[in-house]
Amino acid sequence: MTSHAHAVHGDMMVPDQTFEPGMRIYNMKLGMWVFLLSEVMFFTSLIGTYIILRFAHPDHFADPGVVLNVTLTAFNTFFLICSSVTMVKAFAAIQKGDQKGLKLWLLATIVIGAAFVGIQAVEYATLAEEGFVPAAAEYHAVGRAAHEAGAAGAAGAEAPIVGGPLYGATFYTMTGFHGAHVSIGVLCLIFVLIRAMRGSYTAADHRGVELIGLYWHFVDLVWIILFTIVYLI
Amino acid sequence: MTTEAHTQGEHHDPPYMIIFGVLLVMTLAEVGYAFLSLPKVWLAVGLCVMAIWKAILVALYYMHLRWEPPRLWVLVAVPLPLVVILIVAVLTEF
Repeated sequence: MTSHAHAVHGDMMVPDQTFEPGMRIYNMKLGMWVFLLSEVMFFTSLIGTYIILRFAHPDHFADPGVVLNVTLTAFNTFFLICSSVTMVKAFAAIQKGDQKGLKLWLLATIVIGAAFVGIQAVEYATLAEEGFVPAAAEYHAVGRAAHEAGAAGAAGAEAPIVGGPLYGATFYTMTGFHGAHVSIGVLCLIFVLIRAMRGSYTAADHRGVELIGLYWHFVDLVWIILFTIVYLI
Repeated sequence: MTTEAHTQGEHHDPPYMIIFGVLLVMTLAEVGYAFLSLPKVWLAVGLCVMAIWKAILVALYYMHLRWEPPRLWVLVAVPLPLVVILIVAVLTEF
């Protein structure tokens, strides 16, 4: 296809690049979208499994806020949404050829993304201290759960049971896979930042920034769904 | 659309901060709604609607799907029926 044809029908978001004639977007972006769609099915399988287990064994799962710290996770959700904003700001900056803006917004995204992973690690450590670990035979109300259940001071086997093995297994599987995706995203962002510092991206060609941006926003999108299903319902 | 037209045209400044504000407000609304004394079904439906709406906003504006060629929309739509089938099939087990 000629350059003119591309200009008329091509990808709206970036300047002329090698692109797939049928899709009218450049090849790497098409590849990223196909990858993300496979990720949609991956996370759907996890969520579908969670739903069937929760309906089949409601006694294994606690009400919102009893075991999991909704306030802390809401703050973490806020951080991830902020990181999506900083990511699009980085993209908008390089679209205008603003190299300094690109680096600053990328750095901000990395810091916020790393903070998300750090807070998730703190959450895991706290829950594990309270005995909420993957595949525990049963989860007794200790710590936050004991307080919410009105059994303050109770601990161990004497405390009421507020969850079974499926709760911990599904919680850590879903949030763990998402956390792994965020961690990989942070590493990729660091790579993109290093390339940005070397001046690899310009207003005319900033495909790497757009591709990591797509991935990062997808991770944010998945968390929006997971936060609702795992923490609020 | 040419590069010049792109950078100066309607896609130059997507409403990133407005979307951010909407996402923030909806997240707060979700957390508040989750602790209302409503039947479980209504809580689940309301929360899912809000979550899906937020996800759509992210896809449309932050992933720029709104400005992508229609054929990419078709590609993105491919797994969605599969997602619905999987979830509905699971729910009808009970």
